[in-house]
Amino acid sequence: MKDDGINRREFLKGAVAGSAVATTAAVGLTSAPAEAQQKPAAPANPGYSFLSLDEAAFVEAVVDHMVPADQYSPKGTDLGINIFIDRALGGGWGKGDRMYMQGPWKQGHPNQGYQLPLRPAELYRAGIAATNAYCKKTYSKSFDQLPAEQKQEVLVGLQGNKIKFDSGLPANTFFSQMYQTVMEGMFADPIYGGNRNKAGWKMIGFPGVVAVHAQNIEKFRDKKFTAEPLSISDLS
Amino acid sequence: MAIKLKEVDVVLVGMGWTGGILAKELSEAGLKVVGLERGAMRTTAEDFSVPRIRDDLRFGSRNDLMQNPAVDTLTIRNNPKQDALPMRRLGSFLPGQGVGGAGSHWNGITWRWSDNELKVRTLYEEKYGKKFIPDDMTIQDWGISYAELEPYYEKFERTAGVSGKAGNIKGVVQKGGNRFEAPRANEYALPPLKSTQAGLMFAEAAEKAGYNPFPRPVANASQAYTNPDGAKFGACQYCGFCERFGCESNAKGSPHFTVIPIAMRNPNFELRTNMWVTRVNKDSTGKKVTGVTYINTLNGEEFEQPAGMVVLTAYAINNVHLMLLSQIGQPYDPVSQKGLVGKNYCYQTGAGATLFFDNHHFNPFMSTGGSNFGIDDFHANWDFDRAKHGYIGGATVGGGMTNGRPITYRPVPGGTPQWGTAWKAATAKWYNSAMSIGSSGSVMANRYNYYDLDPTYKNAFGQPMMRMTFDYKENEHKMGKHVAQVINDLAKSMNPVSFNPASVRTSWTVVPYQSTHNTGGTIMGASPGNSVVNKYLQSWDCHNLFIMGANVFPHNAAYNPTGPVGALAYWAADAIKNRYVKNPGMLV
Repeated sequence: MKDDGINRREFLKGAVAGSAVATTAAVGLTSAPAEAQQKPAAPANPGYSFLSLDEAAFVEAVVDHMVPADQYSPKGTDLGINIFIDRALGGGWGKGDRMYMQGPWKQGHPNQGYQLPLRPAELYRAGIAATNAYCKKTYSKSFDQLPAEQKQEVLVGLQGNKIKFDSGLPANTFFSQMYQTVMEGMFADPIYGGNRNKAGWKMIGFPGVVAVHAQNIEKFRDKKFTAEPLSISDLS
Repeated sequence: MAIKLKEVDVVLVGMGWTGGILAKELSEAGLKVVGLERGAMRTTAEDFSVPRIRDDLRFGSRNDLMQNPAVDTLTIRNNPKQDALPMRRLGSFLPGQGVGGAGSHWNGITWRWSDNELKVRTLYEEKYGKKFIPDDMTIQDWGISYAELEPYYEKFERTAGVSGKAGNIKGVVQKGGNRFEAPRANEYALPPLKSTQAGLMFAEAAEKAGYNPFPRPVANASQAYTNPDGAKFGACQYCGFCERFGCESNAKGSPHFTVIPIAMRNPNFELRTNMWVTRVNKDSTGKKVTGVTYINTLNGEEFEQPAGMVVLTAYAINNVHLMLLSQIGQPYDPVSQKGLVGKNYCYQTGAGATLFFDNHHFNPFMSTGGSNFGIDDFHANWDFDRAKHGYIGGATVGGGMTNGRPITYRPVPGGTPQWGTAWKAATAKWYNSAMSIGSSGSVMANRYNYYDLDPTYKNAFGQPMMRMTFDYKENEHKMGKHVAQVINDLAKSMNPVSFNPASVRTSWTVVPYQSTHNTGGTIMGASPGNSVVNKYLQSWDCHNLFIMGANVFPHNAAYNPTGPVGALAYWAADAIKNRYVKNPGMLV
């Protein structure tokens, strides 16, 4: 992967920062990243609504590491898991629309569940920044630039709370939420941007939203049932 | 200043199963009834149609049909020494909201709780001696008998379209049913559902082990059905989207297409949605209630609805909360053990194993909320000797499938990596080749498990939140250990390639989801000294206040609570329309 990702990102940042002096930012944005046009970051990437450039690079790296391309499915970005996460964070769930968010704030006992004063999108944002800061301090590179073994080391460190963030943000709380969104992006209905081509469902043989099994439950008892999975869009 | 409305005969707070039953029964008896529902209207055609309802992210993970904690939640802790903290997102249990309540998105499992529960203290003392019941275990008889409730169980089962096989009709044990159930007058409304491979394998193993497996009774219609009120049910399609989802074919017995629309066709009944009741009002003597105060959640306007009678028909937790907020009765104090409102909060426990096979296909996506086999040998079976294990109560054990929705259902053997190619390989390999054996265990009431009002946190209406103090005690630990052993022995006997063993739950945690079977807080009983309501669910303090729901259960059995919740609602409705209305006053 070399430095393609970071070059494109730095370029886009510069284009935005330079827009005050450039005639129009759009000229710079459309004319320059010829390299990116030849090698799009992800096929059919419809663009991000919430994630910043650094955050998008982090999320793309995480989903491609956790869901690598192999005989079971295409890689995470090709499934659109990054797009699922972007939309989830930018939408009502990311804004904590179904969370009680009044203080006072205490961490309490783990049995009392989530107690951070952060909505899911805020936790994601703070977690990515803290993880990248940790990676730069430890490896002199941001997470997305690390080789696979070091990415693995970082993810395991987050999950097991072995990594301590200077900010006091609990690493495993961030990890758990991130992991949940990767799984949701792989297995939720494709209407949310992930599970592209129902590849997550095909991997396991889940037939999707198909409505009628009454005629199959006995016919396929202890037999393999195969069907092209159906999504909400397919039936709409 | 609240706008005062014209007085009605009855106001119902909440429109799920109990609100729907009371709405229909009391409006048919000629009473003017208003039903207040804090959530929105829900109909099958508008809200539960395919493909929209098959959205696992929205309904399964994001709990879109449930109560929103941003508006109201409760604070939780394991013991009175801890600071209670808000349940900031839903987890362990999922209270419903909207017309139909949790009755529109339950699994449908419908049991009859027998005298084993209703006379719990008497029967255990008789069989095992007084000393067998620990000092801090505050169990008590319910003040009602199974014989009194039997016709009302049947009425509810027929209303909800319960499929099952009787195990005991008028004292005669029936082959294929639950031989330990209390005697029934008649068969179930519908024959059992079709079995899954997992259910059949569990049943075979259970039988070999000497247990008595039977298809669990469930309000999923095994064939098209018209209930005694004329509500039409479609046949269950085994879609695997049952609990947390509404049913597009009205195959799952639910109030939003049965009792509620029937009540709505009666001019005596008026349903008002998006109305949040903040308190029950009392008169100056404190011996009668005068109606309720509520807020229109669409514009914030406050109303007072005077009523001759108030019936609390909300979710179990919310009924108790409203009693505490309205200062009716004395709040329970675990130190002095004085007061009754909030006492005997109970939950359930559980344990489960996942079994992996290389020679079976389970098709977990072809299932219903209740297409499982169960055994009752360690629960309703009164001959099971608890003394050997040192606990009171018991657990049901079951095997089968409820769904194959892959956001959460992806069984893999313990120790499998959680991401990467090895994770994908295991997930793909085992998705269709695993089954589970699960259990649901009773929780006996304990002095230190209770509700009161939180001193710190407030809901969106500025009212103190409910505070829940709960943990599993030694009794549940002993039971959990025993039932985990039963499950693991059964699992081994089935010769899987491997299995993730069942283990005992030692402490209650608010994540992940466990069960929406919260009971107690306004318990029923034979005297005002030990209970909040009498056997007709009538408040001992205010005779024109009735309280429905599992909050009246003095303890929790292993069974799902909806059977007695429905039966008690019909039983209370009969007492109200046949006796109370003619001669208002205490029914006991």
